[in-house]
Amino acid sequence: MVASQAPATQAAGQVAPRFDGIDAAIGGTPIVEVGRLSPSPSVRLLAKLEASNPTGSVKDRVAKALIDDLEASGRIGPDSILLEATSGNTGIALAMLGKRRGYRVAVVVPDNVTTERRQLLALHGAEVIDSPGHLGSNGAIALARDLVARDSRFVMADQYANPANPRIHEATTGPEILAAVPEIDVFVAGLGTGGTLMGVARFLRRSKPGVRVVAAEPIPGENVQGLRSMDEGFVPEIFDPSLLDSRYVVSNRDALAMTRELLAREGIFAGPSSGAVLLVAARVAKEMSSGTIVALLPDGGWKYLSAGAYSTPLDELEDELEGGVAWW
Amino acid sequence: MSTVRLPAVLRAQADGQKAIDVAGGTIREVVAGVVERHPALASQLLGPDGDLHRFVNVYLNGQDVRYLAGLETPVGPTDEIRLLPAIAGG
Repeated sequence: MVASQAPATQAAGQVAPRFDGIDAAIGGTPIVEVGRLSPSPSVRLLAKLEASNPTGSVKDRVAKALIDDLEASGRIGPDSILLEATSGNTGIALAMLGKRRGYRVAVVVPDNVTTERRQLLALHGAEVIDSPGHLGSNGAIALARDLVARDSRFVMADQYANPANPRIHEATTGPEILAAVPEIDVFVAGLGTGGTLMGVARFLRRSKPGVRVVAAEPIPGENVQGLRSMDEGFVPEIFDPSLLDSRYVVSNRDALAMTRELLAREGIFAGPSSGAVLLVAARVAKEMSSGTIVALLPDGGWKYLSAGAYSTPLDELEDELEGGVAWW
Repeated sequence: MSTVRLPAVLRAQADGQKAIDVAGGTIREVVAGVVERHPALASQLLGPDGDLHRFVNVYLNGQDVRYLAGLETPVGPTDEIRLLPAIAGG
């Protein structure tokens, strides 16, 4: 039964790739069928597993592209401190790659990120600067930009404004998806900086016009809404809304529930944003008579274990779901 | 009447309410109904041109109305409308 349901995708004797170093092992992530989560038998659902990157998230692609760009443009030197505002994954990736290249790395993170993210940042040698958790990522960005303005040693990688972020997805993520799934009709990814969505959308618009590009984003918890006015909102400079076809919000509760469903039904251990992306993919699938959806799952589940992402009943997680923990 | 969910940042100008029920056949009419009920919200929600403030996102049953028909998106009586400030991540 297993053999008939799951034909082998890796041929016997196929040689696994060999790389010069860990930087070169970024990308080329697997795409797998997750049909048990599709609400319709005539809509195929596939997931691109970015957890397979070296530090465990899609942000390895971005971090490498940002550092490459800073080096190529001469904006970073031996005395620079590479700085980024991040809820974790970008910081972890920058810390690993930056340290290998001899840079000091400092990251501004909301103080409600999970313990694992903080531990990984420290393991890779990053200096961690806390921003108030109730201000969410917007607060981290504001603090990081303030630091850059006050101390010339800080060089902001700036995943929110640097076009190198979407460009790497246009050059790698998009082509990988189309090569593996040429029949793609819809692409769904999470919206944080907009890098994945912008880059993949630009590639698909050029290479396979008509593919719908759909964003999934979190509803900020009640405890992460410390803005004083709407003027403190933030739209990343790299985000171009015209490249999307639809955009949906997903609550942290629904995202976590779907993440658990993914683990239970497909055996894939992913982070909460993956649940949000798959929930939106399933919603889009319900509106299709047939077709193929590719959902990009940004990271694995390891960094969320301590917060009870998989073990604590959702009804007991109310404070954490409302922003006590930064899930994305 | 549809339910409009307000983010924390807007509640001080809406008597602390998290959600209000407002009548209206389109998003434009619903937003106008919200502002009529709580006039102090006008400058938070709308720009000088009468369109939505650039940092305000409006979702109809979870879907961004900018990708539907914008302010002219039809609203049904049991629909949920959510107003959220623009927030980044990563």
